[in-house]
Order: sequence, then structure tokens, then C-alpha cells
Amino acid sequence: MNSILPWIILLGPLLSAVAITLFTLRWKALSSFISVAAVLLSFVCSCLIFSQSGISPPEFTWIELGGVFKVPFGFVLDGLSKTMLLVVSGVGSLIHIYSLGYIRDDKGKSRYFAALSLFMFAMLGIVLANNFVMLFVFWELVGFTSYVLIGHWFYRDAAADAAKKAFITTRIGDFGFMLGILMIWMATGSVIFSEISPRLPALTSHPAFLTIAALLIFCGAVGKSAQFPLHVWLADAMEGPTPISALIHAATMVAAGVYMLVRVAFIIQASPIALLVIAWIGTITAVLAALVATQQDDIKRILAYSTLSQLGYMVMAVGLASNEAAIFHLFTHAFFKALLFLAAGSVIVMLHHEQNIWKMGGLSRSLPITFVTFSVGALALIGCPPFSGFFSKDAILALAYERNTPIFVVGLFTAFLTAFYVMRLLVIVFFGKPRSEVARESGESPLVMTGPLIVLALLATLGGFAFFARKFLALPIEKEAAIFVPALAIIVLILGSGLAIALYRNRTSDPLQVELLRRKFYFDEFYRWLIDWTQEFLARISAFVDRWIIDAGVVGGTSSGTWGIGALLRLVQVGNLQAYLFLFGLGIVALIYFTIFR
Amino acid sequence: MVTLGDYLIVSGMLFAIGFAGVMLRRNLIIILMSLELMLNAANLSLVAFSRFRVQPTGLPDYNVQVFVFFIITVAAAEVAVGLAILVALFRARQTTDVKDISSLKF
Repeated sequence: MNSILPWIILLGPLLSAVAITLFTLRWKALSSFISVAAVLLSFVCSCLIFSQSGISPPEFTWIELGGVFKVPFGFVLDGLSKTMLLVVSGVGSLIHIYSLGYIRDDKGKSRYFAALSLFMFAMLGIVLANNFVMLFVFWELVGFTSYVLIGHWFYRDAAADAAKKAFITTRIGDFGFMLGILMIWMATGSVIFSEISPRLPALTSHPAFLTIAALLIFCGAVGKSAQFPLHVWLADAMEGPTPISALIHAATMVAAGVYMLVRVAFIIQASPIALLVIAWIGTITAVLAALVATQQDDIKRILAYSTLSQLGYMVMAVGLASNEAAIFHLFTHAFFKALLFLAAGSVIVMLHHEQNIWKMGGLSRSLPITFVTFSVGALALIGCPPFSGFFSKDAILALAYERNTPIFVVGLFTAFLTAFYVMRLLVIVFFGKPRSEVARESGESPLVMTGPLIVLALLATLGGFAFFARKFLALPIEKEAAIFVPALAIIVLILGSGLAIALYRNRTSDPLQVELLRRKFYFDEFYRWLIDWTQEFLARISAFVDRWIIDAGVVGGTSSGTWGIGALLRLVQVGNLQAYLFLFGLGIVALIYFTIFR
Repeated sequence: MVTLGDYLIVSGMLFAIGFAGVMLRRNLIIILMSLELMLNAANLSLVAFSRFRVQPTGLPDYNVQVFVFFIITVAAAEVAVGLAILVALFRARQTTDVKDISSLKF
């Protein structure tokens, strides 16, 4: 019985998606019920799996090509994947329940829940996969379902464009990922994680090969976890429904990249150069995103950039060769970021889909539960001591302090920025006077939406404490430096928050206007220019080939050649029968001459 | 004594007359008749070869004569078809002069 639990976890959401798509698209309530039931089933099974050890689920061989290429459909059940299962299915369940309230009156409710179930299937597949090929298939499935979910309101151009952008941008990274997988397979002859790791030491004599392979695999994570320079899709993905933002940006899709990196850490850690590159990419992402977040006006976009920034921290930890710290931060971040997004969703719904923070204000009185839970999430995000974010961020900073001082300094600066923009958000949205009519008249959200908020707030508070987290994770080991680092972090935190409070108290518009940050470092403009330019270049080449080689050469040449030969040959047609006969006779004579005398 | 050479000369003259008719006359019926003349010139030479190429048994070579019969049959068929085309052509054009039949010319 226990051995089929992973199958139930995986196939529950899949069956739900299939059932909804095939049979119950008309009955919206039934569809949502099926979907929620499926994800709760997955969650319960995940809990059962977590509480037991030594489960060996049945596997089968999926692809086998003459013993050279063998792909099983099998599961990996270690501490890492068990914890991820809990986080994914747990946060996923809460978001499903919250969606019941958020998406209650939507036309595409059945479609939404079908896609949500399929997304859970894909995400749980990534967590459970025991080989690269399976991982990659589910990885792409996550990309596809995120496309469907971000583009849920496809009739809005912005949403359709954001969906395309997310899909295409992550695909760019995935291409590198695939090449990396092929390189690893080429070198070790296996795609199964447990078979690759013992064969890897043989490769250390080719450090360049290993570095390239590791960096290509990292490319996949750069796309999925929205790292610099492929981070541009994440903020636009805010066009989707808010629960989707929470799901994609908190516990699942973006975490998939970090999870994958940790899963294949044995490959990455074999190459010091790759580690360094990864650490710096993470650091750059963290600080860039935090800078941009300080100047955004859309509540969801601020949270999106904070997600980017926190993912940067996780990737930084992976690059500093500490899986524990990365997964610890992923674990706490899943809770507090889901909480922040869902609370923001609650604000947005109650304000009739108003997302501009300068139209809000004074919401602490009208939305008390949302306010309290949002504050918990915000404090966890900036790393305020009793909350979970403090412990996990501190673990990463301590690690950076120990291993790479420049990264530590940038990380600390990012922490300062984080405190600044989160406090800015909190002060503008929840304090002061209401700045618009909708903000004045709003009321609290229904229980189906506040319930998940309260649960997540509890988790975001408890998540960091060793007595809680140690049940799920192997926590990073505390070092000597760790006494000095949290003190610095708290000073930075107080500085950032204080500055934000002083600057934004009782304001009605933003006193800071930094165009560079408002325009997100002109990344979108740069990519637009780059794509325009390459496209223009390719288009000109294609036009030249089409106009001068295909049209003029092949098509035109054939026709004018035929015309020319025709014009020559019709000179022979004189219209005189005797002339034809004469030529005919000459021909016969020539034929006889050549057959007999030659 | 008539020799093989005499027959071949007659045959060649007949062929030349036929060829000249085909080349020089403009009337399709005459051209057709001249064609028949050329065929029969060929037949004559074949029969002459048959007559003068006596087998060891003392008989002429009959293979050639059978061949000639085939040619006569084919010529009859050809004339039938040719005349039919000619009649059809005359109905369409009211002429049998090859000068006037030049619509294939560009």
C-alpha cells in the first residue's frame, strides 16, 4: 500500500485535470471540488510518505534503446524530495482553497482548476523524478502549464503577452538545460542521478567539459528560477490571477530551478568555476531585483521583484556550495511569499482589482486580518528576528561571510534594500489616509481566503525555528561567524526600515523618482532592441535570398530559360511541310551515315 | 537477261520519283500517292533480293516476301488513315494545299 503512495501523489492531480477537461467543464463547482480534492489527496499522501521511511515505489522502464540509453519512470524519495513534496502540495493546497474564493465568479473557472491540477502534477513530477529525462519532461510541462495559467485572462493583451514571454524566456534556458543533460549523458552514459554520481569522479580530469556541462544545466535554472539575465518574464507574469502568482512565484515553479540545482549539486560542486559563476549570478539577480523593487508602484510587481531577489539569495547559496542553506531559504520563502501574494490578492480583490499602491492607504483598519498576515509575511521577508526569514537569510549571509566577502557585502546591501522596499510597501498600503474611493469603502475578505492566510502566517512565523524546521530539513551548521552576521543584518534591517518609514510616512506620491529603476534597468527595452535588431538582420538576409536567389534565380531563371529556348525553337517552325520533310530526310541521311560509316 | 542491278535501278528511280513528288508537290493527295510510290519502290527492291538470293534448296528466300506482304498491309492501313485525315481536313479547311495548312507555325 505504502509503496504506491508516490503514484497516488503524482496521478491524483493528473486524473483531476483529465476528468475536468473531458467531463466537467460545464459544472464549475464540481470541477473546483475535484481539483481541490486531488491536491488535498496529494498532500495527505505526502504527509504519509514523510512520516515513513524505506518506501520503495514500483518503477518501470520507460525508454530503453539497446542498453545505451535507459530511462526508468522512477521516484527518488530522500529527505530533500519528501520536504519539497510537503511544501509543494501543502502550499499548493492552500492556494487551491484560496482560489475557490478568488476565482469564484470567473467564466473560465473549470479551465483554471484543470490547469492548476496539471501544474501540480508537473511540479510534483519534478520533485519526484529520479532521472534527468523525467525531470526535463515535467520541467517543460511546468513551463507549459504556467503559460496556460499566466494567460488565464487571455482576452487581455497584457496577459497573453506575459504568458508568451514567460514561456519563451524559460524555453531559452531550457535549451541550455537540454544540452547540459546530453553532455552529462554523453560523458557518464546514464541519466539517472544515482548512477551519475559514482561515475562523475572519472570526469574531473576534464574540468572544462564539466564546467560547461554544469553551467548549461544551470541555464535551465536561470530560465525557470528567473535569474539574471532571463529574469524578465517573472514580473510580467503578474498579469495572471493572484493565486497563480503565489503558486508560481512562491512554492513551485521558480523553486523548481533551485530544487533542480540542489538535486544535481554533486555535478555543480565538481566545478569550482561553475560554482563561482552561479554564486555571482545569484548575487547580481538579488541586488538588481531589490533595486528595481524600490521604485515599483504595482503591489504585485513589488512582490515579484522581491521574489527575484530572494531567488537570487537561494542561487547564491547553491553557488556557495551549501544545499542546506538554499533549501532552508526555499522552505521559509515558500511560506512567506505565498502568504504575501495571497494577502496582496485579498487586498486587490477587496479593492476591485486596483493594484497601484498609491491608490491604497489606510487599509489596516478595513482589512485587519489581511493586514496582520501581510505584516507577518513582510517581516519574514525582511528577516526580522522572530520570523522565519531571519533564520534562513541569516544562514545564507553567514555562509557568504565565511566563503566570499564581496558576495557577503552585496548580500547585506540587498538585505538593506529589501527592508527599504518592503517597509515602503507596508507603509503606503496599510497606513496613512485612504487615497481613493475604493480604498475607503473596502471590507475584509471571506473566510475561504483569510483561512489560508492565517495558516500561512503561522507557518511563516514558525518556519525558521530550529525545533520546527529541523523536523523537515538538514539545517546549515551554525558557525562562529554567525554571531557577528545577524547583528549586522539586524542593523541593516533597522536602517532600511527606518529610512523607508521616514521617507514614505503620510505621502501621497513617491518622493523618489529614479527613472533607471522604474524602467527596470531598461532590460525590456534592451531585449526589444536586441530582438528587433537580430530579427531585422535575419529578415534582410531572408529577403535577399528570397528576392534574388529564389525569385530571380530559381523561379525567374526557370521561366525565362523556358521562354528563351521556346523563342529559339519556334524559328524551326516555318509552316512549310516540304521544309519539314527535307529536314526529316536530312536527318535520316545523317542517321544512316552515322550508323553505317562510323 | 535482267539482273538484280536492273531491278534496283528501277526501284531507285521509283523511290526518287516518289521522293520528288513528296518534296515538290503541294497537293496532299499527290503527296500521299508519292508516299505509296516510295513504299512500293522499297517493296520492289525487297522482292528482287528475294528472287536473286536463291537458297541451297533451289527456292527463293520467302522470308523477304512475307515481309513485303506485311509492308503492303501496313501501307493499306496507312492509306486508309491518311485519306480519312485528308477528308476531315478538307471538310474543315476546304483545301488540300499544304501551303494553306500552317496553323502550327507561330
